[in-house]
Amino acid sequence: MGATVVEKIFSSRCGRAISAGEVVMAPIDAAMIHDITGPLAIRNFYRMEGTRVYDPRKIIMLFDHQVPADSIAAAENQAFMRTFAAEQGIHNYDIREGICHQVVMEKGLAAPGEIIVGADSHTCMYGAAGAFATGIGSTDMGFVLKFGALYFRVPESIRVEVTGRFAWRVGPKDLILSIARDIGADGATYQALEFGGETIANMEMDGRMTCCNMAIEMGAKAGIVPADRVTYAYFEGHRPVKPVDIYPDPDAIYREHRVYDVADLGPQVAMPHNVDLAVPVEEVAGTPIDQVFIGSCTNGRFGDLAEAAEVLSDNRFSDAVRVIIIPASRDEYLKALRAGLIERFVTAGALVEAPCCGPCMGGAFGLLGPGEVSLSTSNRNFKGRQGSTEARVYLCSPATAAASAIYGEITDPRET
Amino acid sequence: MRVWKFADNIDTDAIIPGRYLIHNDPAVLALHAFEGTRDEFSKNVRGGDVIVAGRNFGCGSSREHAPLALTGAGVRVIIARTFARIFYRNAVNVGILPLVCDRADDIPDGADITIDIEKGYVEAEGTRYPVEPVPGFMQDIITAGGLVDYARELEEVKTCTGSQV
Ligand code: SF4
Repeated sequence: MGATVVEKIFSSRCGRAISAGEVVMAPIDAAMIHDITGPLAIRNFYRMEGTRVYDPRKIIMLFDHQVPADSIAAAENQAFMRTFAAEQGIHNYDIREGICHQVVMEKGLAAPGEIIVGADSHTCMYGAAGAFATGIGSTDMGFVLKFGALYFRVPESIRVEVTGRFAWRVGPKDLILSIARDIGADGATYQALEFGGETIANMEMDGRMTCCNMAIEMGAKAGIVPADRVTYAYFEGHRPVKPVDIYPDPDAIYREHRVYDVADLGPQVAMPHNVDLAVPVEEVAGTPIDQVFIGSCTNGRFGDLAEAAEVLSDNRFSDAVRVIIIPASRDEYLKALRAGLIERFVTAGALVEAPCCGPCMGGAFGLLGPGEVSLSTSNRNFKGRQGSTEARVYLCSPATAAASAIYGEITDPRET
Repeated sequence: MRVWKFADNIDTDAIIPGRYLIHNDPAVLALHAFEGTRDEFSKNVRGGDVIVAGRNFGCGSSREHAPLALTGAGVRVIIARTFARIFYRNAVNVGILPLVCDRADDIPDGADITIDIEKGYVEAEGTRYPVEPVPGFMQDIITAGGLVDYARELEEVKTCTGSQV
């Protein structure tokens, strides 16, 4: 019987055939904690009578949600984690590197065929590296810190086959928003999304990360792109990895097949207050906006910033809009800096912040007041996600965000 | 035990807004549960009250602060048509019993509710609603009182064994 990529990963890590539906205590190749979920995970590790973590080299620690500390409580949480890192010999990236998921990817900490967990729901982004990666809560993470293993019900997979070439100023974010609309906010619960097809094969890692990142918005446990030449090229210079055979078998069993042709796809915008409420940009064009946020683990990479800059061209951002731009990591920031993008954004009237989650979670700065409208390249637009529960958040691609920021209203990037 | 009724797709940002994640104490988190979307909850909830929701309860973030805020409010049972995956695990891990009930939508808000796990139903205003049994491997964690207590008893784990937990 054929196996999906996810089944192959579990089988290869366990040395025996494992199929969807089985519950296994899986070995964990890496575990990520950050400033929000880390303190609880560490407390649970201690409550479980943990004394030494299973392997300090496999634990990734960094701070990104509330950095630099924006309250005394945040400072205390971070100090608590620093002490833990020092005591356990864990390397702590602290506030230096940027958003957790981007850092894990660019440091090569999630490799093809590995099983990775993170105390953050968008951990599924590392599926772009061909890893099985999933978000867990802090008690599960306490268990992982202690034992280096966690039980999983191995998920069935939904195969998403994508063909065709993206039209001008249309890209991976528009694709994943349209997939989320079709599958729905809970249509992939307990499943994995396995992406394939010529469009994915030709997609750079940035776009694959955007797609895998949002698998959780359909309830999925993981999103995954089988490792190929693009994946291995990405690892060159990051970390030496051995190629693994984790292509799905032709007779693999899927719960469902979905086929997309992106040739006719236009820019998509998810309306408040759910990610699966995506509509073609034309339907919401003209909606006045108060704030534009370009950043997050979904769309804060150099490619995203370059896309925004290309649309911006020599224009200025509208004075009616607060434009906040945050590169996802120090590396991406440096790339943007060297390419002159930061200067262009600042000249155009944007506020460019140092790498962090920023307004994405509504926990740090850039919060919205009642009645305000935000257009954001991040991944969630739940009520209250970016501040007041009476604010409205729309989600879109960097190109749509940039075009809209020029005009102060939601704007089709193909018309600027 | 009264029912607090919620709609579909109640996300963890609604259960506990991001700006309160700096707190780790369930009692403090409970003060802000459903803040801005259902303010009377934190004011009027009593120990033992039950949340009843539609589909995809607890979707979104992995923040365990969400089920913790509910334990802080005294909630021990949540009934929903379906749960989001991470929330379901987190709830079990912190000692909340998540019950899947196809007919959750029919249970009235504010009703008095009794729960009979053994017999597999809950009863509100004279009507019985069947609930699905909790999967076997999660039952052990619930019986232990949550994952922390379960893990305390474990000397080591054997990886790659099936259904060990
Ligand atoms: S950028 Fe947003 S979605 Fe990504 S890790 Fe940070 S808060 Fe979560």
